Amino acid sequence: MNPKFGVVVFPGSNCDHDAYYSLKKILNVETSFLWHKDTDLKNSDVIILPGGFSYGDYLRTGAIARFSPIMDKVINFAEKGGFVIGICNGFQILLEAGLLPGVMLKNKSLQFVSKDVYLSVCNDNTIFTKGIVGNKIIKVPVAHGDGNYFADEETLNSLIENNQVVFRYSSEAGEISELFNPNGSLENIAGIINRKGNILGMMPHPERSCDPVLGKTDGALIFKSIINNGFN
Amino acid sequence: MFKVKVLIKRRPSILDPQGKAVEKGAKLLGLNNIRDTRIDKYIEFTVDSDDKSAAEKEVNEYCKKLLANPIMENFEFSMDEIK
Repeated sequence: MNPKFGVVVFPGSNCDHDAYYSLKKILNVETSFLWHKDTDLKNSDVIILPGGFSYGDYLRTGAIARFSPIMDKVINFAEKGGFVIGICNGFQILLEAGLLPGVMLKNKSLQFVSKDVYLSVCNDNTIFTKGIVGNKIIKVPVAHGDGNYFADEETLNSLIENNQVVFRYSSEAGEISELFNPNGSLENIAGIINRKGNILGMMPHPERSCDPVLGKTDGALIFKSIINNGFN
Repeated sequence: MFKVKVLIKRRPSILDPQGKAVEKGAKLLGLNNIRDTRIDKYIEFTVDSDDKSAAEKEVNEYCKKLLANPIMENFEFSMDEIK
């Protein structure tokens, strides 16, 4: 049976429709929008916190969204092992909610970065990455001003030791260096997972690389991985 | 009632790109001795309470849970009673 997806809509979300479209129309899975003021997850099996500028990014990115009524339910769902993916602003919300460790700082370049990047899959044994085969390098776009991942040394070491770094910015051939780091993130971190393995946060946008008409479809591998591996 | 003034500063180890960008403007203005520009947050509000310790507790919680992110920021505040 295919899982049901729920896409949360905060005031200022702007990738909610991209996520909905990619899941429902390209991947043909049941998908609903979840309004930030609601407290019903509509029986979703996977919750997407989409990209955008929730609450205008006031105070800090994601700082206010994490207190939305729906987030109480999402936090509860995640703590019970429910699958949650935070993309871009959604990742920032997961950090503010304490569901994932660390914070996002402004990009080191001071510039908003919007381009395709390559991600090296550093942990292919997660529900989100099992379906990524081959050379484990995927091409997915980024679009953010605050994507510079930071954590204190202890947190960073524990992320690495526990294999929680899932994606790193790399070259097309998989070389991981400062040259391929679009925002100054520590260790080229583009995506991390919680220890239990049910919550993924990533700055790049897989939902924007699902439809073949856009010329890239690697993002779909992440969603297909969940669909094919989490619910059998 | 109390008037509260909160100052939130990024930890010294955290890069402040905004401060850096503004300092470039200082150079363009010909101000060559400006160093270490940091742009932080100053927030004012009132607390509608007559009990100072209860008000202080509420302000602390506001700062810790919402106004500041302790991973990258420190905060300090002052409270003055308004009659």
